[in-house]
Amino acid sequence: MKVHECDAREVFRRHGLPVPDWRVAATAADAAQAASALGCPVVIKAQVLAGGRGKAGGVKLADSAEAAAEAATRVLSLNIGGEPVRRVLVAPAVDIARELYLGVVIDRTAQSLVLMASAEGGVDIEDVAATNPSAILRVNVDPLAGLADWEARQLGFALGLTGAQVRQFVGIAQGLVEAFVDVDASLAEVNPLVVDAGGDLQAIDAKLNIDDNALGRQREIEQLRDPHEESEAERRARAAGLSYIKLDGTIGCMVNGAGLAMATMDVIKHYGGEPANFLDVGGGAGVEKITTAFEIILEDPNVRAVLVNIFAGITRADDVAAGVIAARERLSQEIPLVVRVAGTREAEALALLEEAGIGAERSMDSAAAQVVEAVR
Amino acid sequence: MSILLDASTRLVVQGMTGSQGSFHTRLMREAGTQVVAGVTPGRAGASVEGLEDVPVFNTVAEATQETGANAACIFVPAAFAADAILEDAAAGLGVIVCLTEGIPVLDMLRVMPSVRAAGSHLIGPNCPGVTTPAHGVKVGVMPWAVHAPGHVGVVSRSGTLTYEVVQHLTDLGVGQTTTVGIGGDPIIGTRFIDVLSMFEADCETHGVVLLGEIGGDDEERAATYIQERMTKPVTSFIAGKTAPPERRMGHAGAIVSGTSGSATAKESALRAAGVLVGETPEHAARLLVDRLP
Repeated sequence: MKVHECDAREVFRRHGLPVPDWRVAATAADAAQAASALGCPVVIKAQVLAGGRGKAGGVKLADSAEAAAEAATRVLSLNIGGEPVRRVLVAPAVDIARELYLGVVIDRTAQSLVLMASAEGGVDIEDVAATNPSAILRVNVDPLAGLADWEARQLGFALGLTGAQVRQFVGIAQGLVEAFVDVDASLAEVNPLVVDAGGDLQAIDAKLNIDDNALGRQREIEQLRDPHEESEAERRARAAGLSYIKLDGTIGCMVNGAGLAMATMDVIKHYGGEPANFLDVGGGAGVEKITTAFEIILEDPNVRAVLVNIFAGITRADDVAAGVIAARERLSQEIPLVVRVAGTREAEALALLEEAGIGAERSMDSAAAQVVEAVR
Repeated sequence: MSILLDASTRLVVQGMTGSQGSFHTRLMREAGTQVVAGVTPGRAGASVEGLEDVPVFNTVAEATQETGANAACIFVPAAFAADAILEDAAAGLGVIVCLTEGIPVLDMLRVMPSVRAAGSHLIGPNCPGVTTPAHGVKVGVMPWAVHAPGHVGVVSRSGTLTYEVVQHLTDLGVGQTTTVGIGGDPIIGTRFIDVLSMFEADCETHGVVLLGEIGGDDEERAATYIQERMTKPVTSFIAGKTAPPERRMGHAGAIVSGTSGSATAKESALRAAGVLVGETPEHAARLLVDRLP
């Protein structure tokens, strides 16, 4: 789950990071008022979850309340990465001497956290990684032990910081690691972390993604979910325990397991078709889940045929077959349906389908070829 | 021969008293697995339908002491699964298969040092388990009927895609030494390279099918290992060629960002290492069958 900058700032500030004051505004008038209260010049920043908002014109400077209103009007009219800008963040503009990068992510290979820092801040860190990888300093961190003072200090000196800045940096780096662990993050990033004209460090941006598996114990963070982050269909799917992503093709897919779901899409493409969606019904899918999955797939007006591909392991194929039969009775039958079920309780499932007059394909390849034929 | 499990495997099932745990424990026994104990805290002495002869204990330590268990299968919910892994490692179990989906990543980071220190092989989490058909041993939820004894090793990050390929191999008349579903989470106990080295060392295994998917760089690391160390033929299928970039596909932890972690990058790395990469799962199975000695 992605968290908006304004909420990430709050989390970082709670962990002692020096985040300058800010206000959130949904209208030009509110933005002007915020600018007056905070003192100009201010920066107006689009609050969107998509990346690349600077390049899209979503960040503007304003040196008066009137200019802030004007800038907010323009930013609020933008659509960034398919996401309309609904709110802006207003913060005092900082006089920047240097821009650094600081981030924490999971290191899959080392199986630990990794704190990354770079003297080349303010730009996309993935670009730095591609063009000048040695400019990124890394320290692996055990989440139980945290980041030691000396590790943070060593990093601070390596970034070219001096004296009091190094002490500030130690607090910031340790605070960012603590914040990451505290909220079960998958990414915590300050880019840029700036040295201001007075020589002090300030975190003037905040980015935070949360591990979806941990939301069950991060109730407070889950409240911060932007309901616009996902489409209505995606939200309904998530509530039903399904994983759904809409694509542009014509063949609706219902599969169990993410790997098989992706492979099914690949095989549809291999036979010359285009998948309309990714849909993983997950393990233990019963009648309710299958019906909801059908509803979501069929709401997409591009869908001209549906392929059900279930290889049951932890799931029971007979439960899935019962779900397919019930869903077909409740929903329109006009759209061609190709079913392939195999695995745990396969024989029982095939018997149920046969009784209901639904033919079943033996293999994924033949099922995919048939569904592609159906939309030709 | 086989890897990880054989006729000496004595299994303790954590969460056997639950509906999913009991259903799949019955299936594991039907396959031939020696299930010697169940563990559910507070349910010691409980009788489970269809499993009345399998004693239930409060702790894994007790179960291990009383029954000589040497492997564990975990069916407990995500909030308790990390603790279950720690309990198995502390009891000295050599193989721990964790099926649980949805364990927070930080929990796995906290667990892994203890697992490594105990010298246990953790398979998973979020995996379908391990099967060795010749010994009649299945730990996990893979459908037993698709398997056949033989000389191919299968290792996979996916669950259901594994069954798909094993079925194709069996249909082509080629059985398996061991099939290992290593799980799709970002932090897993046993990775491609670990399993490949076991297959390379196992004299009964004559070739390997590796099933990968988008996200991370374990396939690329496996490619390097195959090129440098493996003498046996390896074929592969990588799921997710049609997945749009920057979108997470389900619970697989499969995240594509830019070129790194994409299906194309993984396929190129594997091809450069001499691995034949199939266009479909079935194609990957056929390619291996053609290359077997």
